[in-house]
Order: sequence, then C-alpha cells, then structure tokens
Amino acid sequence: MNRLRLIWRKSLNVVMLTLTGVAAFGVVAVLFLILGYFIWNGGTSLNLDFFLKLPRPEGEVGGGVANAIVGSLKLLFLAAIIGLPIGLLAGVYLAEFGGKTFSFVVRYTTDLLNGVPSIVIGMFAYSLAVVPVKHYSALAGGAALGLMVVPITVRATEEFLRAIPTSLREGAMALGASKWRTIATVVVPAASGGIITGMLLALARVAGETAPLIFTALGNQYWSPGWNQPISALPLVVYNYAISPYDDWHRQAWAAGLVLLTLVLLANIGCRFVINRRGVRSV
Amino acid sequence: MASAAHEKNDATAARLAPQVQPMDSIAAGPHKEARVRFQIANLDFFYGAKQAVFGLNLKIPASKITALIGPSGCGKSTFLRNLNRMNETIRGTRYTGEILLDGQDIKRMDVVALRRRVGMVFQRPNPFPKSIYDNVAYGLRINGYSGRLDDLVEHSLKRAALWDEVKDALHKSAFALSGGQQQRLCIARALAVDPEVLLLDEPCSALDPVTTAKIEELMFHLKDSCTMAIVTHNMQQAARASDFTAFMLDGKLIEHNETSKLFTTPQDPRTEAYITGRFG
Amino acid sequence: MSTATTPIDRAAPPESGPRALFHRLRHGDEVAHVVTLTFAALILLITTLLVFELWIRSAPTRGKFGFGFFWSGVWDPIGGNFGAIPFIYGTLVTSILALLIAVPLGLAAAIFLAELAPRKMSDTIAFLIDLLAAVPSVIYGLLGIFVVVPLMRTTIGPALKKTLGFLPLFQGPNYGVGFLTASIVLTIMVVPFIISVSREVLLTVPREQREAALGLGATRWEATWKVVVPWARTGIMGSVFLALARALGETMAVTMVIGNDPKIRESLFAPGYTIAAVIANEFNEATSDLHRSALIELGLVLFLITFILNGLARLLIVATERGGGHS
Repeated sequence: MNRLRLIWRKSLNVVMLTLTGVAAFGVVAVLFLILGYFIWNGGTSLNLDFFLKLPRPEGEVGGGVANAIVGSLKLLFLAAIIGLPIGLLAGVYLAEFGGKTFSFVVRYTTDLLNGVPSIVIGMFAYSLAVVPVKHYSALAGGAALGLMVVPITVRATEEFLRAIPTSLREGAMALGASKWRTIATVVVPAASGGIITGMLLALARVAGETAPLIFTALGNQYWSPGWNQPISALPLVVYNYAISPYDDWHRQAWAAGLVLLTLVLLANIGCRFVINRRGVRSV
Repeated sequence: MASAAHEKNDATAARLAPQVQPMDSIAAGPHKEARVRFQIANLDFFYGAKQAVFGLNLKIPASKITALIGPSGCGKSTFLRNLNRMNETIRGTRYTGEILLDGQDIKRMDVVALRRRVGMVFQRPNPFPKSIYDNVAYGLRINGYSGRLDDLVEHSLKRAALWDEVKDALHKSAFALSGGQQQRLCIARALAVDPEVLLLDEPCSALDPVTTAKIEELMFHLKDSCTMAIVTHNMQQAARASDFTAFMLDGKLIEHNETSKLFTTPQDPRTEAYITGRFG
Repeated sequence: MSTATTPIDRAAPPESGPRALFHRLRHGDEVAHVVTLTFAALILLITTLLVFELWIRSAPTRGKFGFGFFWSGVWDPIGGNFGAIPFIYGTLVTSILALLIAVPLGLAAAIFLAELAPRKMSDTIAFLIDLLAAVPSVIYGLLGIFVVVPLMRTTIGPALKKTLGFLPLFQGPNYGVGFLTASIVLTIMVVPFIISVSREVLLTVPREQREAALGLGATRWEATWKVVVPWARTGIMGSVFLALARALGETMAVTMVIGNDPKIRESLFAPGYTIAAVIANEFNEATSDLHRSALIELGLVLFLITFILNGLARLLIVATERGGGHS
C-alpha cells in the first residue's frame, strides 16, 4: 500500500513539475509567436513608400503611414514635456523632502493614477482639452499621454534617488553644500542613469496606447500642422485599418503594427538591460 | 612654508576671534600659549530620547592632531559629527551645551559657512560619481570660486599626496582609483576649500597598512595649516600619529592628555584597561 | 610647488558677506521644497479633477436613471434609454473567464521560474515575460482579429462543441468573435502580470520553509504546493487582483474581438460588449448629451472598480512582503 502511494506521489511530482515548465516555456513561446506573425505578415510591406507616403483614400491600394509616424513622434514629444517634469519633480519631493503623511497620500494617488484604465484617461482629457475648444487636437492627445507618463516617472525617480547612499549626500553637505544643491549637483546626477531609463520606459509604454487617443487626437488622413488639429498616430492606424473591410489596409495594419512592436520592444529591451546591469551608478 | 601658514593662521585668528583661549591645564610643550580651535563645554547629545554623549568637556588645540579613541559605541563618532553639525542631517537629534569654534558658538553660525571651515573625511571613501578633477573642484564651485580652479585643484591634490599618481588622468572617473587613492581624493576634496579644521572619522579603517601609513604621513605635513581631529579604533595609529589623545567610554570623556603621556602613564584605570587591551 | 599658492581667504567668502550667503542658501532650500511639493500636489489635484469631471459629466444620466442604470439591460441610444447591465456582464464574464485560465497557467509558470529553473534561466525568461507585458494592446487586438478569431471559428469552436456542446455555454452559432475569443485574448495579455508578480513573491519565501518540507521527505512538488505557495498566498492573491484590474480596463484588444452586441447571452460563442469597448466604439459618435453621459457614467463605474481592486491588490502584496502567508 505504501509503495503504491509513494509511486503515485513521485509520478505526480514529475507530472506537475513538467507542467510548470511547459507553462513557462509556453508563455515565452507566445512572445516569439507574436513576433513571428508580425514579421511574416507585415515584413514584406515595409518598403520606402510605407514610411514616406500618406494614406490613400479609402479602398485604394498603396500609400503609407508617414503622417502616423510623425504624429506619434509629435504626441510623444508633447507627452514628454508635459509628463516628465511633473514626474521628476514629484519624485524628487517624495525621495528628498517628503513629510510622512503627505508623501503617503501622494504615492498612493500616483499608484491609483497608474491603474486607471487608459480609456478613462482619454475621457478625462476629452473633457478638459477637447470640449472647451470644441475640436480634437494633438495637444489633447499629448496631454492624455502625458498624464499617463507621470506615475511611471514618479516611481522610477523616487526609487533611484532613494538608492543613492547617504554617504554621498553627507560628502557633499560636509563640503558646505546646501540641501537643494546636494540634490541638484550630486544626487540627481548620480541617479540620472536609472531615472532617464525610467522615463524612456514610460514613453515606450504610452507610445503604444490607442484608447486615450481615440477621443483626443482622433486621427488624421493628412499631415497635421501645428498642435491644434487632429493628428494620426501609429496605434490609431493599426486599429482603424484592422477593423476596416479593406485587405490592403489589413496588410498595412500588420506593417504598422510591426513598426510599433519593434520600437516598443527595442526600447524595453534596451532600458531593462541598462537597469539590470548598472543599478544606479551613472559614471 | 610652515611659517607663512602660521602667519596666515595668526592673522585669520586675530581677525575672527580676539579672545583666544590658551590651553590652561595642559602644558603645550614648546609653545607657551597654544591656541584652541574648538572648545566644547558640557555637551550632552541625544538621539531622540536616547542620550549618547554625557557632559563632555574638551579643548581641541590648533595646529595639532587630536585623536579620539574608545571602544565601539562609546560615542566618539557621534561627538565628532557634532563639530560640523553633521548630526543635524539625522532627524530627531539635538544637543545641549556649548561648542565654540574660535570663540564663536557654532549653533549661531551659518551651517554652510561652518562646514567650509570645518571639513570632514568619512570612514568609507565616498567620492562623487564624477571625474577626479570635478570631485576636488566641487567644493570650490559651490562656494562660488571661479577662475584658476586648475591651480587650486593641483594644490589640494598635492597636499593630499595624490597629485603625482593622478596628474595625467584628472578627467577619469573617481571610481577608477583604488580604495586608498579614493580616500586620499576625498581628503583632497575636503582640503580644496582650505578648511581650518579637518575631522576624520576612522579614515583608514577600510584601507591597507601601506595606504594608512601614507595618510598618516600626509596628516603630519598638514597639521601646521590645518587642525585635525581623528576618530580611530586603532590605538597604534593614535599613538603614532597624534599629538593629543582623548579616551571616551559610554559617551563620557574619561581622559585627555598629550598622547605620549596618556599612553605611558594613563591617569584613569579605565584608560589603562583599554589601552592594554583588556577590553575594546 | 605652483606659484598660485595664495590660499583662499578663509574668513570671508567672495559673496557679499556671510549674512547674504546665509539668506540665499536657506532661501534656495525652501524654494526647492516648495517647488517640488507643488508638483507632487499637482498629481493630487489632477486625480481629484479626474474624478470630479467624471462625476459632473455623468450627471444627466445619473439624474435621469439613478440606480436604475445598473438594473436596466436596455441600451437604446436613439430612444434615449440606457442601462449598464450588458456591459457589466460582458466585462465580468470576459475578465473572470480570462483569469480562470490565466491564474493556473501563470502560477504554474511562476512556480517553475521561482523554484525549479536555475537562476540565469529564470532571469532570462522573466525578462522575456516582462517584454510580453509591454506589448501594446492594439497589437494583441490585431492578432486577435486575424489569428484567434479564425482559429475559433475553424478549430477551437467546433472542438469545444463536440466535447462540451451539451452545456448551454457552448451552444449557438459561432462566428469567431464573442465572449470566448475576447477571454482568450485577455488571458494572454494578463498572464505576464501574474507570472511576474507571483514569481517575485515566491522568491521572497524563506529557504528554510522549503528545506523544512523537503527534510520531512516531501517531494519537490509537495514542498512547493503545500508549503511555499501557501506562504506566498496573500501576495499571489494580490497579483490576481492586479491582473483582474488590468483585464477589466482592457480596451483595444477586447473591442476588436468581442462582437459589439449589447446583450446578455448564455453562450460563450455569442458576441457581447464590455464597458471599455462600448466607450471606445460609441463615444465619438455619441448622438446626444444623454448618450455621452451614459458612457461617462460607465467609465466612472470602471474607474471605481479598478480603484478598489488596485488598492486591495497593493495591500495584499505589501502584506506578504511583510509577514508571509499568515492570514
């Protein structure tokens, strides 16, 4: 009886442990499957036309997504100048100046903001930036994305600032540096590697967001001059083309998706690599 | 060179504090009236509710090296950090009593100005993640000294006996240096703003004997222009390198005398017990 | 020795005297404090404003329907009649179904990474899984439309019908889009979070726990399942909540494969709708203020649910890091 039970336990052991391995490798395989599908379906469409031309009218074959690429860049730029300073300075506050309760509230709220579904952020940006002026714009889209950049930046900044050892701060203060000077000339530069990486990761994350753009930037078939008009973006193109009935647009959706996927993955690989290896020394 | 430094010292001292205190009970050797840099009276220091230093009275003479010895946790580092008000960076600390630098109460001074006059070298080398040059120049830059930084940087590195080793690599990262070199860099950095006093908190504890000897030698050359107070758990170092020694135990100052006298004829039995190694 | 040995004047710094210096530096510290505090407070302000705006702009429907909004299953923009039930239903069904698959899968993978795999392999795989988490939603959506939907129509659907077709869950016409497809896509999107958080939590379980079990003669599986995982129980729960919050708010991928039909249906093959999907689809074309208000109220609901879930999740994860799985 005992022998039977032991055999059962041992076989169960092998089976379960194998299953966990299968699960892990299976999930990783999905990543490569995704990449594979995109390269297969979108790779051939990546020609010069694709990158340089504007979209053709509905139903027609050909054209490109040049305006979407530029649009995404413009939106990222806006998101950066709106969200990064807020995130950085708030992070500095939490790491260097914060009082106990207020810091707790700020941190909690930042986490809360991070968890808000991006479509709700889109509605908020719509309410603040589209309704008053009665039109969609790149600014509104940039604001929505900028808002999403804030929580990630705050967290990265605070974390990397806290990791700077006290001895470095004391070294500066012992030379007569005041607190803000120590922070600005020693602590932040020392943590800058990690902070910048965190910022890049934040931007990579919002680069792929579609939902907040649907009712702020809206999308645009043509170039979008200035900042006050609707603007196209890569994720919007992928979405709109994918749900359209046109085969050629489907093809372009795969290609645009490939471009987007590649950029996001490259940014993530680069940044995470840097964070894992360097810790916080920035020399 | 030494006399020029002396003259400068005299002029500075006269300008700052007309009332200089002679070392009264302690005969100061060949100098009839040795000046006092720091005068500490009735110092009680608290970490929150916990008291770490009890009723400490001490005079730190100018242009001499004073060593602070005692077992771990006796409060010597805590006391040292009071002298440049570094303890203020920790929340919940306070002290009562008087600490006078050249007759001025350090509590009333601007803390930034105080720290320029009283520099500090820490236990583990803590160079900034910048170049060697920028490390030494840091204190100069933040205090607003522009122009001719090169000469001042060179001067400090020479005083710290590091110039020859780094003169061709000033723009390399400070982290490229060995531990001993980094500590000497920290000394150069502290010296750059030309402090009157240099506080050293166990500066050699993380270093090898050869580097330690180098640092002790540079301290000897420095003391004429720079008063030094050094915390050390290494009694041989205290005996070798200092002019005066103060022995602390459980937050109290037990004995303070010329080094040779303290080590050969200690007055207090506890001092004797410590230096003969019966505890520590 | 250089000629420039004129030491710096010790007593008087080159600025305009010690007093001025004092004021200026002190001032700098305070300015820095105030400036950074303002930006930190700005975050609070923005978040409050967000809730406020959602609340205000959903006033029309809140006023008109009150709590009836949550009881009604009618969604008729033209007739001006709005009810939240189909969307709440769809959101819950897709998310819970996704979790039912994702949690065992994710936990299994996390166990492998935390307990079995050598450190280097574990780190590499964890790195790759983090990359999966970074893939944009619209990419999953595209795969959903062109890969999962046909698969569902041609392979998975028929297979399920043959084996489990007696259940009402798997009856009815199968067009490829619908609750099940959306759940599958959600599963893939949510698994990386579960793996990543659970793995970290499992890694914090003290070695002694595992060793004690093994020392008593347990197999590795038994030690893991009966000792290590229970210890990390609360943290794993936290990861589930986080994943749930993510799934509930997921928009693009779901919108592209759910079928967009605001009805409650028994069959998993049927098309449905989620809160996020209806907002994405109808917001821009909203026919009236009431319509828009209804959508915003749905958004408010979504916000509240994810808020509560995220709050709970964090508490659970922190609790594990502090004291292990003692509840």
